[in-house]
Amino acid sequence: MSALPDAGARRVLIVGATSAIATETARVYAGSGARFFLVGRHPKRLSAVADDLRVRGARQVETAVLDLTDTGRHEEVVGAAVGALGGLDVVLVAHGVLPDQVRCQQSAPSALESLAVNFTSAVSLLTLLANRLEEQRSGVLAVITSVAGDRGRQSNYVYGAAKGGLGVFLQGLRNRLYRSGVVVITLKPGFVDTPMTLGIPKSPLFASASRAGRAVYRAIETRRDVVYIPWFWRPIMAVVNSLPEAVFKRLRL
Amino acid sequence: MDRVRHTAGLSWGRYPRATHTRILPVTWRSDPPPLEGVRETVLPHACGRSYGDSCLNAGGALLDATGLDRFISFDQAAGLLRCEAGVTLAEILALMVPRGWFLPVLPGTRWVSVGGAIANDIHGKNHHRAGSFGAHVTAFELLRSSGERLVCAPDRNPELFRATIGGLGLTGLILWAELRLVRVPGAGIAMERVRYPALGAFFELSAQDAEYEYTVAWVDCLARGRRLGRGVYMRGDHAELPGATPSPLRRPTLRVPADAPSLLLNRWTLSVFNAAYYVGAPRTLRRTVVPYDRFFFPLDGVDGWNRLYGPRGFVQYQCVVPEDHPEALRALLERVSHSGQAAGLGVLKRFGQAPPAGLLSFPRPGFTLAVDIAFRGERTLDLLEVLDTIVRHAGGAVYPAKDARMSAESFRAFFPHLEAFRAQADPRFSSSFWRRVSAA
Repeated sequence: MSALPDAGARRVLIVGATSAIATETARVYAGSGARFFLVGRHPKRLSAVADDLRVRGARQVETAVLDLTDTGRHEEVVGAAVGALGGLDVVLVAHGVLPDQVRCQQSAPSALESLAVNFTSAVSLLTLLANRLEEQRSGVLAVITSVAGDRGRQSNYVYGAAKGGLGVFLQGLRNRLYRSGVVVITLKPGFVDTPMTLGIPKSPLFASASRAGRAVYRAIETRRDVVYIPWFWRPIMAVVNSLPEAVFKRLRL
Repeated sequence: MDRVRHTAGLSWGRYPRATHTRILPVTWRSDPPPLEGVRETVLPHACGRSYGDSCLNAGGALLDATGLDRFISFDQAAGLLRCEAGVTLAEILALMVPRGWFLPVLPGTRWVSVGGAIANDIHGKNHHRAGSFGAHVTAFELLRSSGERLVCAPDRNPELFRATIGGLGLTGLILWAELRLVRVPGAGIAMERVRYPALGAFFELSAQDAEYEYTVAWVDCLARGRRLGRGVYMRGDHAELPGATPSPLRRPTLRVPADAPSLLLNRWTLSVFNAAYYVGAPRTLRRTVVPYDRFFFPLDGVDGWNRLYGPRGFVQYQCVVPEDHPEALRALLERVSHSGQAAGLGVLKRFGQAPPAGLLSFPRPGFTLAVDIAFRGERTLDLLEVLDTIVRHAGGAVYPAKDARMSAESFRAFFPHLEAFRAQADPRFSSSFWRRVSAA
């Protein structure tokens, strides 16, 4: 099974390229002269990230501005990426929004909007990308979900449902693509110090974005299946997941 | 930045401590200033490596610029690097040294941001040749609290350019800067080291400065009498380094995990340490080639070394006195060594003739002395006030980036362009340091 070519610069597609973790992963790839296709929503932010990667050693950086909920354009953008890079070695899907849980509880449209960004848009993209990689019979599909997707909690179950659903989707995809040599990686970060977690008081459980980004790089290059970031979330979530629902429902989490 | 951000109101000297209303992160240079609904004053902050209160804004907010960590462009032929203001010097070295380029000016730590390097117009061991950091800045963009964006260069918004270099973050937020790097043959420094017995010998050695790119002396600030000012003189030039290039992004394995007991570093332990350092240095000039990080950043080898001074923290006192007042330097060293206070190794260097790059730039022709002193309340403050008086009489200055206590009166004497600077300051920007020294 050779998911990645042994040598040479990787061809990397990043969806949600302005996210802090994705940027840090991209920086590691840029150092070895990778070629990039970056997709993001804000044109100025996207070009700031592209310039940064060029100075850091990227051989080629192309960008596409896309609101990821605009699923009608997914096919076009995936096609552009494959065309620009002549195939894909690594795909990192990193976009996401941490919604306001209280608002999602009070307004069904808000809840659905959050699912559209964090789940539906990813399903659309991954369906297209999976078929491309399957045809190519190589490549890594790495997707950032969250520890919040492991178990629903009152404080963020709308976000958790989207990420958990995405995790199940990825399990199926991994199983399906195994025979064609395509690797599917579920990345589950805990708390990472990024603009997304601005409002959350920092605790010792927080990891820096650059640590998380390097962990994503390692997970991709070693072709793991499911990775917690940092690693210590695996035992933490094992404990959380082992609590009986009769107990769990009483907790304030 | 490779760390979770806890900008908790501490500067590098851990004295004084400040409480801020909030930390306002700045992540994208294209965004407007994050000042909506903010009524208090703000101050740009990144690595927090200023020693005293110039990077603190008690009762106000901090603009956390560490998110501005992107490179923008690099002209490989001309050595012009453009990057965002929160990029650290360590990041620049990691990327540029393997390509044969080097920062034109380096301080004693690589963990400072480009914005901080400009705001303090930092200097290094090559000041006698290269001048200060600001002299190598070709342009930057300033974001004012009004939302106005101003590209500043020597010939574009020149007043604001000169005010912002050394301007302690008070003229607005620097978004990005363009720097002129220098070519180097490799990652090594061909270094010479020799101990010298007293201050007079330092003056003789520093008279040969012009032949070397980098010169500095470590001085035993507790030595007295005929040993006054003794130390270890170091000088060096860029050289090829056989073997692997050092990785400046790696954090050291040695780390001070918590505040040491207050009395760990006292007059006696420091006397022994300083003397051992002196005796351990070569008697005659010894040449070696070392990786550049060992030459420039010996203290970066121990993460959190500032905690060795204990929970009360320490102050670093750095001043400059004109070359024609060597007696002032002698008087300063005498005061420190006779004070009975816990003073660590000091640093002594001759600054060059370069004109100041900014209105409030600290470096100016003369001898500069820096010394760490464990903070012991009034006793320490009284000693530093005496030192200020000596510096004032000699027509010198004290470095704001290291200061936590100088009076408004001293500041006015040290920085005669204060009023011209005040006219360029942003009305919404302030700092604990600024409120103290700008008082009428």
